[in-house]
Amino acid sequence: MSFETNKSIEYKPVVKTEHMVLNMGPQHPSTHGVLRLELELEGEIITRVIPHIGYLHRCFEKHAEAMTYPQVVPYTDRMDYLASMGNEFGYAVAVERLLGIQVPERVEYIRVIMAELQRIASHLVALGTYGADIGAMTPFLFCFRDREMILSLFEMTCGARLLYNYIWVGGLSHDLHPDFVRKTRDFCTYFKPKIKELNDLLTYNKIFIERTANVGVLPLDTAINFGISGPMLRGSGLKWDLRKDDPYSVYHKFDFNIPVGEGKVGTVGDCWDRYWVRVLEMEESLKIIEQALDQLPEGDVTSAIPKRIKPPIGQVYARVENPRGELGYFIMSDGNVNPFRVKVRAPSFVNLGVMDVLCRGHMVADIIAILGSVDIVLGEVDR
Amino acid sequence: MREYFSNIWTSLATIAIGMKVTFKHMFVPAVTIQYPDVRPELPERERNRLYVNMDDCIGCDQCSRACPVSCIEIETVKGLPTDDIGKTSNGKKKALWVTKFNIDFAKCCYCQLCVFPCPTECIYMTDVYEFSEFERKSLVYDFVTLTPEEREQKKLNYQKYEAEKAAEKAAVKKPVTPPVTEVKPKIENPPSTETQGENKVS
Amino acid sequence: MMYDFFLDLFGNEILAAIVTGVTPLLFILLFVLFAVWLERKVSAHMQDRLGPMRTGWHGWLQTIADLLKLIQKEDISASANDKPLFNLAPILVFAGSYAAFAAIPFSSYFIGSNLDLGIFFIIGISGLVVAGILMAGWASNNKYSLLGAMRAAAQIISYEIPTILVVLTVVMITRTLNLHTLSEMQTGYIWNWMIFGGPGTGLEKFLLIPLMFIGFLVIYTSTLAEVNRTPFDIPEAESELVSGYHTEYSGMKFAMFFLAEYANMYAVSAIVSALFLGGYQSPIGYLGNLIGVSWLVPIEQFFWFTAKGAFFVFVQMWLRWTLPRLRVDQLMALCWKYLIPIAFVNLIIVGLITVL
Ligand code: SF4
Ligand code: SF4
Repeated sequence: MSFETNKSIEYKPVVKTEHMVLNMGPQHPSTHGVLRLELELEGEIITRVIPHIGYLHRCFEKHAEAMTYPQVVPYTDRMDYLASMGNEFGYAVAVERLLGIQVPERVEYIRVIMAELQRIASHLVALGTYGADIGAMTPFLFCFRDREMILSLFEMTCGARLLYNYIWVGGLSHDLHPDFVRKTRDFCTYFKPKIKELNDLLTYNKIFIERTANVGVLPLDTAINFGISGPMLRGSGLKWDLRKDDPYSVYHKFDFNIPVGEGKVGTVGDCWDRYWVRVLEMEESLKIIEQALDQLPEGDVTSAIPKRIKPPIGQVYARVENPRGELGYFIMSDGNVNPFRVKVRAPSFVNLGVMDVLCRGHMVADIIAILGSVDIVLGEVDR
Repeated sequence: MREYFSNIWTSLATIAIGMKVTFKHMFVPAVTIQYPDVRPELPERERNRLYVNMDDCIGCDQCSRACPVSCIEIETVKGLPTDDIGKTSNGKKKALWVTKFNIDFAKCCYCQLCVFPCPTECIYMTDVYEFSEFERKSLVYDFVTLTPEEREQKKLNYQKYEAEKAAEKAAVKKPVTPPVTEVKPKIENPPSTETQGENKVS
Repeated sequence: MMYDFFLDLFGNEILAAIVTGVTPLLFILLFVLFAVWLERKVSAHMQDRLGPMRTGWHGWLQTIADLLKLIQKEDISASANDKPLFNLAPILVFAGSYAAFAAIPFSSYFIGSNLDLGIFFIIGISGLVVAGILMAGWASNNKYSLLGAMRAAAQIISYEIPTILVVLTVVMITRTLNLHTLSEMQTGYIWNWMIFGGPGTGLEKFLLIPLMFIGFLVIYTSTLAEVNRTPFDIPEAESELVSGYHTEYSGMKFAMFFLAEYANMYAVSAIVSALFLGGYQSPIGYLGNLIGVSWLVPIEQFFWFTAKGAFFVFVQMWLRWTLPRLRVDQLMALCWKYLIPIAFVNLIIVGLITVL
């Protein structure tokens, strides 16, 4: 096995020196939670990165075996806590396939709207914290200000701001609030200029470009070898999006583009490209939301919820495009009310694996930039 | 050489653009809500502390079984045939004394799963979100309206009743008068009753 | 100057010397109280927030509350610290920035010590800060602190070069290192300021204007780096190094670093305005001269000087809340590849102009 490393700086030690081992995290301002990175340094140049995970392990998979199918939903919320709607969506799709039930159109549309709003919210956090990691605090607060509006929309719909328990197997817990459609449209019109403002403030800033362009370049073949998905994979230039390539729900009815990294200011697959893909994806999500709001059918959102969920013996793997990549649920049923086994393919976990390859040969300060562009959520890495 | 000067130029230009953006925001009204002084208006579906209306609870244990973290503890005692436990607001006759109805809000994840299965819609979410405590055990809320002595009484009564039945003594005596003392539950400010009733999946 | 004034007032040399020494300290303290509050408010409003609101009107007492908190805090020092150095470092850092205030001309009377080598003294004495920072980083016995201290030392020393080059440019025109004389030369109206070519006349002044602008940008950038402000706050880059060389400090020692940082911010702003923006000179003439009250003039001068300094401090904050931070190697590249060559070429051209 040979993975290409980004040897941007070559060094040939003449004197025999010892590498400095620097421990970054689990208490560190920019490891995005409780990730611990063990760095081996040669001066300020990184020779090795070992991520240590598990500080936030909460036994999701084992827990799920003791729960009935509807009871698992609040637990899925807590994996990728920045994209709870997406997690629930994936779980619901998986169990519905296992049960072989069809849900009403309206439910699917609402789910898509929620998932796309969630994608925007999640990308806002990713972009904002990325700015904060690089040292710009103001975009961070701007992003959170806008995310707050999305959270209010969610709160209006289901009463919770982060952990929704909204998308259920076979339906939704509540129908949309009467004001929801209007407020979401307002949000869409409000938000478009804000993306431009973010670009002015951060994206095209020369210092930001210097910090992110040509840093942490992830070549496409390495990305595929590591099983990377989501904006990271698209940042490396592959047009791969499950919403288009393995359509679930009603995504085939919408018209949207899949942005990919083009190396606009540096090499294809560098940190800036990954960042840029996220910015463009927010615009695409807005498009989907507007289309979905236009086409939103009438109907009952709770009619298809089974009284008692007891799938037949069997297994299913369903995957959805979460903001961070391919979120897959493997569920095995032994015909009981509890799942026999639930396994989650968590995009953050898989994406984190490539850290070592990305970081070698870069400086300590670049770790922050690279980790930020990988955009992990520790709740999902550790589950 | 050209790149050198274009670098200088783009740096200065983008910095100026950024500074323009931040400067404009100096005069944009802030979005801050000054929390303890100004309170945000919560949407009607707000999911916060649970409330149980014990007058309506029939002690069916459905909510406790739906809860994914098992933070609701319910114990019931069958009422004697002579007991008048009362009726729920939708007219069902209650058959059980609820002698224990504890919700541990330290464990509760506010997922609302317990709300939907309740047949009498007596457990619901309120908009009370300020209930922090210094000790964890003060977060265990007891909703039962009976006093501790009464609860013991009910249990004893039922045991006695069982024992008597087991001994097949036909003589029935000592009708127990149901207590009428109203014991207020622990909640100080009774929350608003208009909750997400219309969204219930029954 | 100020010493003579106090000597007249008290008739006692020791007392006069003490008062002369304490006045800048008082100024620093008051300014820091204001600047910290301003920083909070500026950052908050730029980010659509409100900032501190609950201590006094719009939170103006917040800094005092913070100060009280810091005084009450336990003075923690880890067992592996190098105790003497650890305790000495904050004092040294503060002493460095405090000493710089000795030669800053706040007005034609309010100047701690009217040195002939004023600007030279200031640049020299700020070198003490580097020693203090290195001490702090080393004595903390913490890898992050050490990294931060090394970065700070490298950065401050590198950025002294463009600063000095630009100072030289100015000095070549004015032929004095004395900040007081320098300010006096820029008297009159706004076009006599160095940034508009100084007090000269004719073609020479005209030619100098763009060069002075460039010089001004260079010195402003490099002084920004010398006081470790964003985009050059690499030594205390919180997302990388937690908070650099003062990670291990708490309580009053931390407050000393904090005080030194804000004092430095003002000191460099003051130097820049003394060199380029006429020091304490008013851009529009003096009310005191107009109505014939001569003691009003120094007060007005003090006002103008403080206002100019405060304005540059505001710009520093503005930049901080707008820009991301550079990386260490980019920081060095900016200094060695951009600022120093530009400052050098500038110096040579200005030299030629003044000679011809
Ligand atoms: S809200 Fe959820 S966790 Fe809380 S008591 Fe109800 S079911 Fe249990
Ligand atoms: S589901 Fe309702 S009626 Fe049944 S025990 Fe719970 S609160 Fe009481």
